[in-house]
Amino acid sequence: MLVTMIVFILNAAIPGNPGRIRLGQRADPEAVEAYNTERGYNDPLPQQYFRYLGNLFIDFDLGVSDVKSGKRVNEILGEAFLVTLRLALLSIVVALFIGIGAGILSAVRSRTIFDYVSMIIAIFGVSMPVFWLGILMIIYVAPVLGLPRTGFDDSSFTSVLRSLAMPAAALGFLSSATIARLSRSAMLDVLTQDYIRTARSKGLSERVVILKHSLKNAAIPIVTVVGNSFGYLLVGAVLTETVFALPGLGREVVEAIKTRDRELITGGILLMSFVFIGVNLMVDLSYAWFDPRVRDDRR
Amino acid sequence: MTDARSSNSPTRMAIKRLYSNRLAMLGAVVVAIVVILALFPSWLVPSMADGSAPYSYDQQFRSADEYQQPPGIEGHPLGTDEQGRDIWTRIVYGAGISLRVGLIGTMVALLIGLVLGSLAGFRGGIVDTVISRLTDTFFAFPSLLLTIGILAVFEKPDEYKIFAALGLVGWPGVARIVRAQVISLRGSEFVLGARALGQSDTRILVGHVLPNCLGPVVVVSTLMIAGNILAEAGLSFLGIGLPPPSPSWGRMLVDSKEYWVEKPWMGVFPGLAIMVTVLGFNLLGDGLRDAFDPKMKD
Repeated sequence: MLVTMIVFILNAAIPGNPGRIRLGQRADPEAVEAYNTERGYNDPLPQQYFRYLGNLFIDFDLGVSDVKSGKRVNEILGEAFLVTLRLALLSIVVALFIGIGAGILSAVRSRTIFDYVSMIIAIFGVSMPVFWLGILMIIYVAPVLGLPRTGFDDSSFTSVLRSLAMPAAALGFLSSATIARLSRSAMLDVLTQDYIRTARSKGLSERVVILKHSLKNAAIPIVTVVGNSFGYLLVGAVLTETVFALPGLGREVVEAIKTRDRELITGGILLMSFVFIGVNLMVDLSYAWFDPRVRDDRR
Repeated sequence: MTDARSSNSPTRMAIKRLYSNRLAMLGAVVVAIVVILALFPSWLVPSMADGSAPYSYDQQFRSADEYQQPPGIEGHPLGTDEQGRDIWTRIVYGAGISLRVGLIGTMVALLIGLVLGSLAGFRGGIVDTVISRLTDTFFAFPSLLLTIGILAVFEKPDEYKIFAALGLVGWPGVARIVRAQVISLRGSEFVLGARALGQSDTRILVGHVLPNCLGPVVVVSTLMIAGNILAEAGLSFLGIGLPPPSPSWGRMLVDSKEYWVEKPWMGVFPGLAIMVTVLGFNLLGDGLRDAFDPKMKD
């Protein structure tokens, strides 16, 4: 609720006269005024806010774009969101795979060359801007793998995969850095616990000890950081989409800012924030699944 | 008495730990280099062929053997960009922008975060509830997205607006840490002692509680500087940060967009500058965290 308030304040504070933007600089002032009145831009702000809320929660309607010839914001964002969602999901798969894998291995082989090298890569990964990694991949990796440099082609499943491969690899790799660092320290923490020693002394194989006893107990901090990485991923997607010229949510929002399309700006920010909040909620709920103590607490 | 305190105080031990951390020292060296670049740009850029003046960041070299040339040619160690400007010169001047945005953006966030965080922690009750809810709300947004939204409100972005936007987005992180620290210190004996002496709340807060929060605050600010530098580069890269011909590193990358493939140096060096700088602050921040909080170390 407070989120919608802030977004609405942003919306109302964006400068520029919507009617003038829609109808062009040379439009008749009366027509501009009529447009603004018709769309309700001249109503008192609280009234505008409640109408906005009503549209949002009752009709799931984010309004009409001021710039793109009156197209509905829902429609524009819906298309773009599909692209971003596919990018985010592919990236998170890459991130989880590399991040948790490297984290566990570093913890198990703590203080070996593998540990040092992967942690050095991880700290580089945390510091590297995703758009720069994207540029490097466009320059040096695309020609080697024969992948398209930029753009999005959704004519077939393979073409989608081909256009998303590099962006998802770049974004996923960088998100994996944080995940790897945290999984490592969470695993190290768990590995020194008494019950791990017990499990080992029972004669359980190392694989069972690591994957079953340790990983599940290290899961909560790992899941938390994965949830947070998802937020980073959404933001990173904005930058990644710009580098690779993908028609996703982030690009729409950035374009909207340049054209002062206020309904589209706020709609995009609101949609991404809701996704972010939803993911964090799922992370919180998953704690109960990983840790029975949390479940008991709730009763 | 003073001797014993100065040799064994937690701060001093933390500094000692920091000095013995090689990665953190590497970070400090990188940071120092960036600071030098930012403070004395005109000493560090090449001079015009006749030796009259150093290059300016917006100077265009249009002759055929200088325009869009790769690194290593005479007078242009890192080559020239899409408009024939010297890339090294622009990177040096860009250091100032990155550092200012990093530092001042963080300071704005610190100011808001310290005030609100300590109020929430010290006062408790309704003040705490209101401030904490506000903090939670800000955490509900992905940070760069909120920065973008705030910048959309400001009409023409300049450095001051970016400082403000980054500060407005960054403060909840500070506030949360300060609040937790203040709450944990509020009931401590030295605070009770000060209260018994009849000191005012403000005096207790500023004189006794806040100095003891310094460690975590320093750590979070160092990491925040790194984050802000990345954010500014990202914003400029999206074209909603500093306008051309500003030598912002993000700007340099996006401006050379069409040349990345054929003339890769234009896309490589500015990004390298961003990464090395951010890496420096991150290493230093990690080192500070390990130094101030020995429990974190494995």
